[in-house]
Amino acid sequence: MRSKFAILCAVGLALCLGAGSLFAAAPEPDDPWPDLARDIFKGRPLADGTGLISIEMPYRAEDAAIVPVTLRTNLPAGDTRAIKTITLVIDQNPSPVAATFTVDPGVTMISTRVRVNSYTNVHAVAELSDGSLYVVQTYIKASGGCSAPAAKNTQEAKANLGLMRFRQFATPKQAQASTTREAQIMIRHPNNSGLQMDQITHLYVPLFIVSGLRVWQGDQLLLSMDGGISISEDPNLRFAYRPNGAAVFRAEASDTEGHVFRAEWPAGPSEM
Amino acid sequence: MFTNFDGSIGLTFCQHARADDQFSLSEIAPGVYVHFGRTALMTSENEGDIANIGIIVGQDLVAVIDTGGSVREGSQFLAAIRERTSKPIRYVINSHAHPDHLFGNAAFAPTGATFVGHANLPQALALRGPLYRDAFRRIMGPALIDEVKLIAPTLTIDGAIHLDLGQRVLTLRAWRTAHSDSDLTVLDEATGTLFAGDLVFRRHVPVLDGSIRGWLTALDELADIRAVRVVPGHGPPGDWPGGLADERRYLQRLAQDTRSLIAQGVPLAAAVQTAGATEKLQWQLFEEYNARNATAAYSELEWE
Repeated sequence: MRSKFAILCAVGLALCLGAGSLFAAAPEPDDPWPDLARDIFKGRPLADGTGLISIEMPYRAEDAAIVPVTLRTNLPAGDTRAIKTITLVIDQNPSPVAATFTVDPGVTMISTRVRVNSYTNVHAVAELSDGSLYVVQTYIKASGGCSAPAAKNTQEAKANLGLMRFRQFATPKQAQASTTREAQIMIRHPNNSGLQMDQITHLYVPLFIVSGLRVWQGDQLLLSMDGGISISEDPNLRFAYRPNGAAVFRAEASDTEGHVFRAEWPAGPSEM
Repeated sequence: MFTNFDGSIGLTFCQHARADDQFSLSEIAPGVYVHFGRTALMTSENEGDIANIGIIVGQDLVAVIDTGGSVREGSQFLAAIRERTSKPIRYVINSHAHPDHLFGNAAFAPTGATFVGHANLPQALALRGPLYRDAFRRIMGPALIDEVKLIAPTLTIDGAIHLDLGQRVLTLRAWRTAHSDSDLTVLDEATGTLFAGDLVFRRHVPVLDGSIRGWLTALDELADIRAVRVVPGHGPPGDWPGGLADERRYLQRLAQDTRSLIAQGVPLAAAVQTAGATEKLQWQLFEEYNARNATAAYSELEWE
């Protein structure tokens, strides 16, 4: 977990520095995506993923600290490949790679919340089981007013550190025939993106984030997230999955200070 | 101008603020002067002049409460103060960390005043200040924002303190997270005037950047303060504690709607489109802020 995270950070830092020099060169920054895509995906070709994967975000980031983003996958009937990972990239954020999700084939929707610093393109890149990469993008306007991608309640942020909640959602009547169900995992964590020594206040806020989160249904690993600093405080994942009849759900989260948080819940009535 | 505080007076004032280029600073009670910002978002055109800012003049000293949304506004404010009193400005009190209230601080640095704020304000400024500068440089332009200096308080308050301006005592109180996590109120005991900062909004829809549960709790404690009038952070002044009623109703409605949507399993993105919607016609800037408030409320209340 730690080594993966270090790579994420290093990539983020390099990209950030690169983007900085671009901004200095021109007031209208060039699109950072070609360089981002080459660096993150090692120059591998990215095909248009329209129809295969979708990304939903509001037109405007209402609260810069908590912007909902939903990823859906939809492999056409007869396509024998599976979606292995989805990488979420917020182009203009200081560390653009928000998260990489590794998904069980039954997981067809993931919804989480991210911080968005400014007007930006957001990309989702799916890697399929044959190694091919597909990309879709959306655009989001920055929030107005005094909204900041920062914690709202620093007094409470560290209370209940690592507390996890799990919720299964009742299936609407019209969708009862569907073989998928929805669940949500939440973890209390300030997810501080870190701050250099502030010259005015001499305050130093260390990087302190959930770097890994895994969710199992029985022994089946449904979903794992390698997260970066763009994931909102109190990381939150809602996802669609295929029930396998297991009696329990389990989750394990790890953070950048080496804490490991584990929890287990009985599968609820919506599993019956 | 503000002999009483009913709606018609406030409307008159709004027209005045838009029509008049002169920087207004009205004496709303003896020795209490307020500049009422317009109900708007910060733009280059309004130079960030959207928040209510004021001064309290004692026998010996002056306290400034908030400095406005740009150094340009802060400088105009300082000039207007100097037309009314030559007494030393001893304190510059920041009601919280939002840019519309303290981007004018740099204008007051040469006065030698002590900057005063909530014990959480230095951290809030460190965490958010650079983000605010970047965001508002894009919105308002570099000419207004590059001269902004983030000045942290050297007198910080955790609990309550009194400041004596000479025959005039102010009570400053630091609040637990409510509108934001650095809210500070100033009560002028002599006239019963409460500068509530953004713990109180009137007409301008309340903006939630802290804790909705904390804010609702704070409202009950605020109502117990012995004041006769409130200067809200935004909107016209009101009587006390009656001036709290609309804000309380809005926050209660938002919390109730949000709890109900969470219980139904409605996802965040959909829930924020409907929570609080019945309040729409009661407020200015509702479209700009309600979904944001609902987002913050949802992410807090889903942990209940």
